[in-house]
Amino acid sequence: MTAILTLENLSVSAGSKLLVSNLSLSLNRGERLGLIGESGSGKSLTSLAATGLLPAGLTASGSAILAGTQVIGAADRELNQLRGTAVAIVFQEPLTALDPLMRVGKQVAEPLARRAQRDGAPLSGPALDKAVLALLDEVALPDPQRIAKSYPHELSGGQRQRIAIAMALACKPDLLIADEPTTALDVTTQAEILNLLDRLVRDRNMALLFISHDLPVVANTVERVVVLRQGETVEAGNVAEVFRNPRHDYTKSLLTAARRLDHAMEGRA
Amino acid sequence: MSSATMTAPREQKRHSLILWAGLVLVGLHIAIALLTFVWLPYDPTAMAGGRLEGPSLLHWLGTDRLGRDLLTQMMIGSRIALIVGIGAVAIGAAIGVTLGLLAAFASKWLDDALAATLDILIAFPTLLIAMLVVAASDTANLWSAIIALGIALSAIVARLTRILAKRVLVMDYITAARTSGSSWPKIVAIHILPNIWPTLSVNFALQFGLAVIAEASLSYLGLGAPPPNASWGRVLQEAQGTVYTAPLGAIAPGIALVSLAIGVNLLADGLRDTIDPTRRAR
Repeated sequence: MTAILTLENLSVSAGSKLLVSNLSLSLNRGERLGLIGESGSGKSLTSLAATGLLPAGLTASGSAILAGTQVIGAADRELNQLRGTAVAIVFQEPLTALDPLMRVGKQVAEPLARRAQRDGAPLSGPALDKAVLALLDEVALPDPQRIAKSYPHELSGGQRQRIAIAMALACKPDLLIADEPTTALDVTTQAEILNLLDRLVRDRNMALLFISHDLPVVANTVERVVVLRQGETVEAGNVAEVFRNPRHDYTKSLLTAARRLDHAMEGRA
Repeated sequence: MSSATMTAPREQKRHSLILWAGLVLVGLHIAIALLTFVWLPYDPTAMAGGRLEGPSLLHWLGTDRLGRDLLTQMMIGSRIALIVGIGAVAIGAAIGVTLGLLAAFASKWLDDALAATLDILIAFPTLLIAMLVVAASDTANLWSAIIALGIALSAIVARLTRILAKRVLVMDYITAARTSGSSWPKIVAIHILPNIWPTLSVNFALQFGLAVIAEASLSYLGLGAPPPNASWGRVLQEAQGTVYTAPLGAIAPGIALVSLAIGVNLLADGLRDTIDPTRRAR
């Protein structure tokens, strides 16, 4: 079985400054991998590099093979074919990830129609509307018809993130990258979104690259983790093993911090 | 958002009032301009009455120093002002939005060069640039004035478009559209233009007023529409010598000019609030 995403010695740099160095990982269909680390550790840059979307001024080297295509150094036209079929991303802040001036139904319809076009079975009119509503239903949004006609600012944070997830699903990706998808949400909504992601990844047999700084969240979502610190991989392995028996001081400090927060929360409750 | 709900009804009332005031003012000018194609009180070039007559039932606004009917001149002025405003803004928008988007997408070097050029152009008054363009073309007529004003306005539009587009380009929803395989032209059409449009449209309204006033200035200097095309600026210029004996000749074009400029601004303000769902009171 070939991997959907293979990173080998991937480095990202801004001029002479190294932001991610020699990252290697591999993901198969149905697998879930967590990429964890504090802010600025290069987690999000890794996902952008893997999809060829690094902002101007940043360069990637090494190898990133996405669905059999080398992303590093590939032409944008070639990558564009890959994006929206092989991979889709769910971003941290759903309010900024949705176009404020477009009804959310139309925003979901956009990638849906594109994917259908690429599959050679174009969707439009009532068929497209129906597919949009089906997707909204799949991400467990209540009253899809009303929501489809809403603008992002008329929805709650959790509803917005469900829309963003629906947009990602519309691409029928083999790999779903979730970049801190629950950070902007309150705790209850967090749990709902995580359950939803869990179910969708299972149902659709996608690979999941889950980026987060929140260890408890990662522990319940993925099977393997890679711990990043200032762009360097400090630890990688099975999630239970890494969390039970951290070898690197940095992982230990992350875990201690998470536990201390847990205790504090329990103490208050 | 909750505080917005409190004031929503009053806000909404204010918005619709602005929109209606704009519609009425602009509508009036458009109606008059259209009317001139089928009916005019007098032949605009004919000496229809005595010289410098005051307002009367025959000549509602009186006559000018050659005995031409002032109301007729003013009505034709409406037509010219609208043609100039729409024409100049259309040209300015076409050049400006294209240049602005180009700069927003360009490499850093090209972007800097474009931005610096635009800043230098903007440092010159619109009217001065327009005068240069008219002077450079052989003939001074209405179209050369419109093209000149359009070019002069485009620098302002380009700079605004560049800034707005850059702000939208860094938003997550652009990256999201890219990750879902959207092509750049499509992203510009469905995400960038709609998101910069509310601000741009208000600016276009300002430019419209600016263009009409600038054309009046060009005409006043003899660089606009040549006689007998009675643009408001020309009427104003011709009334200059007799302003103490027949002040209406100067007041009428002034009021017409101001009412059109204000009308267009109100209309744009009102329209923006209707277009932008985040500003729309529910």
